[in-house]
Amino acid sequence: MAGVQTNRLDSGGLIDRSAPLNFRFDGKSFSGFQGDTLASALVANGVKLVGRSFKYHRPRGILTAGSEEPNALVELRTGARREPNTKATTAELYEGLEAASQNRWPSLRHDVMSVNQLFAPIFVAGFYYKTFMWPAKFWEAIYEPAIRRAAGLGRAAGVADPDHYDKAWAHCDVLIAGSGPAGLAAALAAGRSGARVILCEEDFTLGGRLLSDGGMIDGLPAAEWLVRTQAELAAMPDVRIMTRTTLFGVYDGGTYGALERVNDHLPSAPEHQVRQRLWRVVAKRCVVAAGALERPIVFAGNDTPGVMMASAMRTYVGRYAAVPAKRVALFTNNEDGWRTVETTLAAGLQIAAVIDARPDVSPAHRSLASKNGFTVLHGSVSGVDGGKDGVRKIAVSLTGGARAEVEADGLAVSGGWNPAVGLTSYHRGRPKWRDDIAAFVPDGAPPGMVAAGAANGDFGLGACLSQGFAAGAAAAHDTGHGGEAGTAPVADDEAFALTPLWHVAGKGKAFVDYQHDVTASDIELAQREGFESVEHLKRYTTLGMATDQGKTSNVAGLAIMAAVSGRSIPETGTTIYRPPYVPVAIGAFAGHHRDETFHATRLTPSHHWAAEQGAVFVDTGLWKRAQWYPRAGEKDWLESVTREVTAVRGGVGFCDVSTLGKIDVHGPDAGAFLDRVYINTFSNLAVGKARYGLMLREDGIVYDDGTTSRLAEDHYFLTTTTAKAGLVMQHLEFCRQVLFPELDVQLTSVSDQWAQFSIAGPKTRDLLKEIVDPAEDLSNEGFPFMAAREVALRGGIRARLFRISFSGEMAFEISVPARYGEAMARNLMLAGKQFGVTPYGTEALGVMRVEKGHIAGPELSGTTTAADLGLGKMMSTKKDFIGRVMAGREALVAPDRQVVVGIRPTDRARRLRSGAHIIPKGQTPGPGNDQGYVTSVCFSPTSDQWIGLALVEHGRERIGEIVHAHDPIRGEDYDVELCNPVFYDPDGGRQRG
Amino acid sequence: MRIVCPFCGERELGEFTYLGDAKPVRPAADAGEDAVYDYVYLRDNIAGMMSENWYHGGGCRAWLKVTRNTLTHEISAVEPAAGAGAAKVGA
Ligand SMILES: [Zn+2]
Repeated sequence: MAGVQTNRLDSGGLIDRSAPLNFRFDGKSFSGFQGDTLASALVANGVKLVGRSFKYHRPRGILTAGSEEPNALVELRTGARREPNTKATTAELYEGLEAASQNRWPSLRHDVMSVNQLFAPIFVAGFYYKTFMWPAKFWEAIYEPAIRRAAGLGRAAGVADPDHYDKAWAHCDVLIAGSGPAGLAAALAAGRSGARVILCEEDFTLGGRLLSDGGMIDGLPAAEWLVRTQAELAAMPDVRIMTRTTLFGVYDGGTYGALERVNDHLPSAPEHQVRQRLWRVVAKRCVVAAGALERPIVFAGNDTPGVMMASAMRTYVGRYAAVPAKRVALFTNNEDGWRTVETTLAAGLQIAAVIDARPDVSPAHRSLASKNGFTVLHGSVSGVDGGKDGVRKIAVSLTGGARAEVEADGLAVSGGWNPAVGLTSYHRGRPKWRDDIAAFVPDGAPPGMVAAGAANGDFGLGACLSQGFAAGAAAAHDTGHGGEAGTAPVADDEAFALTPLWHVAGKGKAFVDYQHDVTASDIELAQREGFESVEHLKRYTTLGMATDQGKTSNVAGLAIMAAVSGRSIPETGTTIYRPPYVPVAIGAFAGHHRDETFHATRLTPSHHWAAEQGAVFVDTGLWKRAQWYPRAGEKDWLESVTREVTAVRGGVGFCDVSTLGKIDVHGPDAGAFLDRVYINTFSNLAVGKARYGLMLREDGIVYDDGTTSRLAEDHYFLTTTTAKAGLVMQHLEFCRQVLFPELDVQLTSVSDQWAQFSIAGPKTRDLLKEIVDPAEDLSNEGFPFMAAREVALRGGIRARLFRISFSGEMAFEISVPARYGEAMARNLMLAGKQFGVTPYGTEALGVMRVEKGHIAGPELSGTTTAADLGLGKMMSTKKDFIGRVMAGREALVAPDRQVVVGIRPTDRARRLRSGAHIIPKGQTPGPGNDQGYVTSVCFSPTSDQWIGLALVEHGRERIGEIVHAHDPIRGEDYDVELCNPVFYDPDGGRQRG
Repeated sequence: MRIVCPFCGERELGEFTYLGDAKPVRPAADAGEDAVYDYVYLRDNIAGMMSENWYHGGGCRAWLKVTRNTLTHEISAVEPAAGAGAAKVGA
């Protein structure tokens, strides 16, 4: 059971002592309070060692109190919800939380891989490139798995994520990133002006540094001002406050990415709620008030547990009433670091010493030191004596060369502050250097964006408030909101005076990038080896490439590179900033687009009826189509499909073909329009007739085919293949709107409006008579082959009836409004019972089209010409059409092109498979004699053997020739005979009868 | 990226499909092979301002001529294609 919180102050902080929470870390029980993060709760329990480092397995403690944390990464939760590399500093504590440290074995305290430290020389910069070069095949088998075991981060759950993620859009006038003093002031000004405001805060509560540092605003303590401000914002209906929401990216046109951790603060999301939500926010203006990140100073032993950022120590003590150390030393190069002394003393803790790297310390600080009995040392920390149990002693190099030692159990470090320039730099912006604060600040920003306060390099509380307020007011004004904003909140500016210090020379490893274990000497080595460019430095040493993206390390790394290469920091430059600002789970980007909702599913009008029949469905693009209808006792698909084909050829069957693209073409120029998009002519098609049409791309290759009917003088009904339905619509609209705007024609997509069934077989007319109004003449004279017209059905519904045949049988296609599609299927079954009607699926459809030698998707492959498909004669010579000129190119009319022929195996029992290569008989297969390939195959019940279509050089002149089929993928070789592609009823008597 | 469709208003990129350089004009039927070769294969790909064809397939199905800076994605003009909408050229 959890014990007492050894390092918790009795009072103060923003935690709720009346709401204790139990949690486990590495199997050990602890307790914390509501309002804690996992990190603050660990601090409050005196836990200093929280992880092992990436390469050297060095013991690591908590460095920061925010999303920039490089060390305190844990596996949070268990089982399917186990999430690796979670920052303890941002994970909110909840009852029952379970976390485990990472990258250690068998335990955090006794990690055998820490022997890696002994082999440190091989882990220097570029060690991947240098060590694992040879032999290449060792990489996958030996090196990579070994490296992954030894040097890695947390383990993924390994099973499907059980949670739901959502994606949503939001729109506003003014988007504000951050709710520190600058962000809140911006929200007040923009909100009072009447603008629609969204304020995103990654923390679970508003206030930013005010929560840790306090201060006086408008004469009120910061905490009181915060309460008043939140109340005012909450009362504004057009101000939306989003906590637990990180703005992570900036995209074109004022679009921003934000991740809302909706339920990460609970053990799991409540039922019907999402875990996280990915927001795309469209904002006319954006105020970046994302603050600044305190930066470490690089010195030997700076990764010892107990070494912590000075501002983080203030946060743990001030906000969480948790004590990282009882006797604290401070190492600073700036005035702001001294605030940690004040906070520490105010909490009743001891200051061991302040090591100030600057030449002068103010008299006020001197008297503070003498009053509280600590020394101020001028110099730098040159080493830390300590280990997994924390800091014990600190070695100091004093200005002038002498040495000193300080006994302390914690070391607060402040090397200055880096404005968070990520968001302002995501459009390839390069921040500029400001000497007075020795930091990069935004130099311009993407359109509509402005930085304010600490994010702009102005750290004083007064400056944050006034800049934020001004930015909010300007953004509201720019978006047309002129309400009375009132006056900006007022506060004093604290002193910041900083003397840059990046790296203290000394013995022992001095870490720049804690998460990737990049040391100062790695950077020096990279420079010696010629990797001076920052982009090379980054990739060679992996500086800044860990999950924290170098938030605490990049600028120090640049500064060290600048020093060793004799350049200034601005000359050395920064790497390109890219989103996301914090890691975002792929699940959040995917949202609901996973598993069965990965994409939309389209159901045919008769789908539910087909499902009742036990149909097997196949995915065809987004569609689910009935593939075949198995019956009891049938042993495999082939038996079912063969039965369906035989039933159609001997009686009557029907198939839902609603997935075909359908387009109504209206207007006086409809015929002229079709003449330009098809290779054959449609303007001369008689009303009441259908015609097969073929379209080319402008480069002369076949694009699509289908039947188009003329229903009235100025109305055609065009069909496309299932696969190209959307693309043909887009292409025809391009032709209509861009290429031929002078034609008076309109296109309407009606694919989803009509349910269409193919009814085929010698008894088709008998069945149709049961469906169609008896007044309609369905005789061969009254409704001949290729006739098309509207008819009335029994009961009065209007339908479109087409006498067209894909199967080669006497056949019709009938279209009814989609809402009648299911009823039509049921009615065909009912009325067709007396004729033995058989529903058939796409497999039987495919068998009958191969038997009939019709081309389909495999032949319309984007490489074939009309002539290749045996349709060259359709190409009109009397008119212009899309693709006409390019279809005449030399290579497209070459006599040795591969053209469609039929094939059948010489061994009648052999199964054919598409993809096999055609080689002249008696030759050894090779690229030099590859003459084509098999495109479509089927078992033909009417031929009682496998047959197929193939694209073969000179194919039509070689009918009767025996060639060799070579299938290296399946290891098959056999002979086939080239034959007429029309295997069934070659003179077409059946479909005309 | 967001495009202001003249018919639908400002919409996000996902509703649109890109087709590239809008400058080439389809040659007349008697223009000869060379003109057609140029039309089919020669496309500008400028680092800077481009006039481009975009299709509002997720909206009104209009083809649009969009003037876009390919370096910044800034869109300075959007016009409907000559035959977009119901009105006919010259009608
Ligand atoms: Zn539109």
